[in-house]
Amino acid sequence: MGQQIATFAVKKGLAQMLKGGVIMDVVTAEHAKIAEDAGAAAVMALERVPADIRAYGGVARMSDPALIEEIMETVTIPVMAKVRIGHFVEAQILEALGVDYVDESEVLTPADDEHHINKHDFKIPFVCGCRNLGEALRRIGEGAAMIRTKGEAGTGDVVEAVRHARSVLGDIRRLQNMLDEELMAFAKELGAPYELVKETKELGRLPVVNFAAGGIATPADAALMMQLGVDGVFVGSGIFKSGNPAKRAEAIVKATTHFSNPKILAEVSRNLGEPMIGRQVTDIPKEDLIAQRGW
Amino acid sequence: MIIGVLALQGDFAEHLAMLSRLGVQGREVRLPEDLDGLDGLIIPGGESTTIGKLAVDYGLIEPLRKFGNQKPVWGTCAGAIFLSKDARREQPLLGLMDITVERNAFGRQVKSFEADLEVPALKDIDKKNPPVHAVFIRAPLIEKVSGKAEALSSLPDGRIVAAQQGNLLATAFHPELTSDDRFHRYFIKMAEGK
Repeated sequence: MGQQIATFAVKKGLAQMLKGGVIMDVVTAEHAKIAEDAGAAAVMALERVPADIRAYGGVARMSDPALIEEIMETVTIPVMAKVRIGHFVEAQILEALGVDYVDESEVLTPADDEHHINKHDFKIPFVCGCRNLGEALRRIGEGAAMIRTKGEAGTGDVVEAVRHARSVLGDIRRLQNMLDEELMAFAKELGAPYELVKETKELGRLPVVNFAAGGIATPADAALMMQLGVDGVFVGSGIFKSGNPAKRAEAIVKATTHFSNPKILAEVSRNLGEPMIGRQVTDIPKEDLIAQRGW
Repeated sequence: MIIGVLALQGDFAEHLAMLSRLGVQGREVRLPEDLDGLDGLIIPGGESTTIGKLAVDYGLIEPLRKFGNQKPVWGTCAGAIFLSKDARREQPLLGLMDITVERNAFGRQVKSFEADLEVPALKDIDKKNPPVHAVFIRAPLIEKVSGKAEALSSLPDGRIVAAQQGNLLATAFHPELTSDDRFHRYFIKMAEGK
């Protein structure tokens, strides 16, 4: 008897409560309030949205705790914040602040170019990015309780999020048709823990909630990702880099709920003002791509 | 029999999976017309502010109130908040149940927990009635039951976490996240009129 905190079920459980919802990047308490009023299921508190991190250059780190705390005090929905890949001390700091979810994110400059954080060590849950099934299962093996595609953050170009979602979901479909004796070879090919490969085959889906992120800028982008089979969406620069953030935020929330209803999608896509200008992923030099960070 | 699950946001798929395991037809409800012909409705966990806003924007508040006055409705976590008369802050509520809830009553996610609960009402489902292993995620508390609402289960310190008022059921925790199907069977019996 008694109560158990920080079990994997409660870590994974919060992500399950976010399903069918939109998690929005916010850089001020005022943005956070706009996001909450628009129907966001959670907010990601950070100092700069990914488009500005790209433009600004330099080293991108965990945000100022004072900013994160101000946002936590402003909204009642869950608040997430980002740490650099492998920077377990930034994660300890966020745990001390009591944020609801930590994003070990490739959008920030990696602190370790070989290892990710051992997320089992923490009471707070982690979300991590992936480009394919192997990467998703490696992160879950390290203790991630939620997965998102990486996409290509800060571009407003959805092509990479589509590529990553198709890769993960397509490999899960392949896996379901495999014989048990083929699983070890597939685990080796993926670079993923065997037990998780087996569990994914049995479940017919990732063992944790799987969102799309990286380049989503319109209601149609959000619905596209939902129809491909993800559980919900993150929108980073797409909202607050657009002409009318409140309206676009609300439209993306509605499009995520009614993702399979083209009539509603048409209605919410009307008169949203200027989208973020964005940048084609194919125009970005290979070495500047954010999604390749992560091991 | 068809049980609807409000699918505006949250863990509606988990409820539908549980219904399907029990051989009951489920239906996602996003618009008022989706309520037609349902025998009961589950309002899932999720963010109560998101669910409330989308319910207002798509004209669901009145149809849901009307439905709840005639047919069984069960709210888990955010769903329980949505069913309440009072959540002690400004947000859209159905106001169907005479309960006052406190949102995020246990604190932020680091305080989310699992605990065993005694639920005497479930003895009709399973005579042995072992404790329910309950998962609480940034959970609300049912601060007060009044009128015709009754407490169904409490934590060892006496704080109420489940309540019933005739056809209406509220749980602060998530039976849909476990393999224990007794609450779903209990609700299906309510929908069958037993």
